[in-house]
Amino acid sequence: MALLKRLARRDLAIIPFTLDGVPREGRAGDTILTAALTLTEQLRHSEFSGGPRAGFCQMGACQDCWVVTADGRRLRACTTLLVPGMDLRTRPEGQS
Amino acid sequence: MSKKLRPLIVGAGPAGIRAAEVLANAGIRPLVVDEAPLGGGQIYRQRFVPDERTPRDLYGSEASKATALHQTFAALADCIDYRPQALVWNIGPTVADIAVDGRSRRADFTHLVLATGATDRVLPFDGWTIPGVFTLGGAQVALKSQGCAIGDSVVFMGTGPLLYLVAWQYLKAGAQVAAVLDTAPFAAKLNLLLGLPSQPGVVLRGIRYAAELVARGIPVHYGVAPIRVEGGARVTGIAWREAGKESRLACDAVGFGLGLRSETQLADLAGCHFIFDERDRAWRPERDAAGRTSVPGVYAAGDGAGVAGADAAELAGERTGWAILQDANLPVDTMRIRLLEKKLGAIDRFRSILERAFPFPTAWAAGLPDDVVLCRCEEIAVADARLAARQQSVVEINRLKALTRIGMGRCQGRMCGTAAAEVLASSCGRSLEAVGRLRSQAPIKPLPLDLTGEEDAA
Repeated sequence: MALLKRLARRDLAIIPFTLDGVPREGRAGDTILTAALTLTEQLRHSEFSGGPRAGFCQMGACQDCWVVTADGRRLRACTTLLVPGMDLRTRPEGQS
Repeated sequence: MSKKLRPLIVGAGPAGIRAAEVLANAGIRPLVVDEAPLGGGQIYRQRFVPDERTPRDLYGSEASKATALHQTFAALADCIDYRPQALVWNIGPTVADIAVDGRSRRADFTHLVLATGATDRVLPFDGWTIPGVFTLGGAQVALKSQGCAIGDSVVFMGTGPLLYLVAWQYLKAGAQVAAVLDTAPFAAKLNLLLGLPSQPGVVLRGIRYAAELVARGIPVHYGVAPIRVEGGARVTGIAWREAGKESRLACDAVGFGLGLRSETQLADLAGCHFIFDERDRAWRPERDAAGRTSVPGVYAAGDGAGVAGADAAELAGERTGWAILQDANLPVDTMRIRLLEKKLGAIDRFRSILERAFPFPTAWAAGLPDDVVLCRCEEIAVADARLAARQQSVVEINRLKALTRIGMGRCQGRMCGTAAAEVLASSCGRSLEAVGRLRSQAPIKPLPLDLTGEEDAA
């Protein structure tokens, strides 16, 4: 289930990307946070408790929305624009 | 003379843009560094890609101000050096380290304008890390910039003008608002009437937002104390206490905030003297009416210099632009300066009224259960702060940080700093002022480990 609900911008150009190994679609102008959370419920898991996290401030301050790419880079989801072909991982099993 | 001036403006929100405008009009070319891809700051944040919505849809009653600010900034393009998506991560005397596109560059400056803005001021509660809990500002960013609601059924909780504004914006955008939970009592709102003579537009707009929410059947509760947000993988409901009674409501998202807190890290690194602002229950850089800090050549404007809102940010940003000209013995418009200071004074007096209408819940921290997570980054509990105060006699917040790591995580105290100070003060029996403020460290935000160095940005 998605966490965020699109109310506008539904008809913008499609940006294809991969989320946890599955081909997905975002919209032009989406941040990674928006693209991921309109499709799933979490962006990462806490390194301490393992609990799911999905960001908090959405303006680059809380550092709670860092996601991992398939090639091991870390991106702050709320301040990074979705780019075609991004391969994002939000689950621990995807990080290995 | 003006050719020798190299002002650096940090932040391209209302304050930074107006400061840049004054300098550019005087023939000075400032360097404007901003973290966002587009100018406007948070409140006048621009979309990355145009969509079907009008400025009126996005900014409501503030649409003309937003559009004017964006147009001003666009018109400045040839007269300023602008570095978007760039982070000033360290400040030394007359030099800044700027991370942009995986590289760190150094930029020399003669004058520094800190227009660094603010984020939501928050306190913890049980369940505040569950996916679906966002700040009020975050809920607003999701809607304005991204066209998304934070859930299908959203509860807004906290206090401050933003509580009602964001709830109303969600309503207008077609989202389902399950309830508005105000942590302040209803009687506090009557203070707003005191602001009618000086700021009638702002007060009447606020009353209209609340009235429309009620007219659309949205429950508004006052004097609320949160008990917990329920859920595991995501939010499923919220429980709160009101007049001694416990209530519960199903929802799948919570937008939460208790006013704003200033981003002051760079002012700290620049060596500015800080003062404790009783009204904001927070430390901020000391500044005069023109925005001059205690450090010659360093100026602070907008919400980063003390929370006052977007209108004040535009005025204060412009005022710092004039202050730089004054301090360089260049011609200024003294009539304009007097007007700016008069308007800023009026807004400041109104801020005191707003603070009484939306008071910070001062008893919240002391009443937090021990097992609530205080530090989101490293999941350190409220109990750890209390234990440090009781068993190790900690009475100062940097000592608390050293012993517990609270404030040492990736957010560097942005999300937990308010709570850490409030919990420590209540535990050790000292005032909020007496427990002090978290010292800032460079880099002020996380940097990539493979950041490469490069000399001079020019």
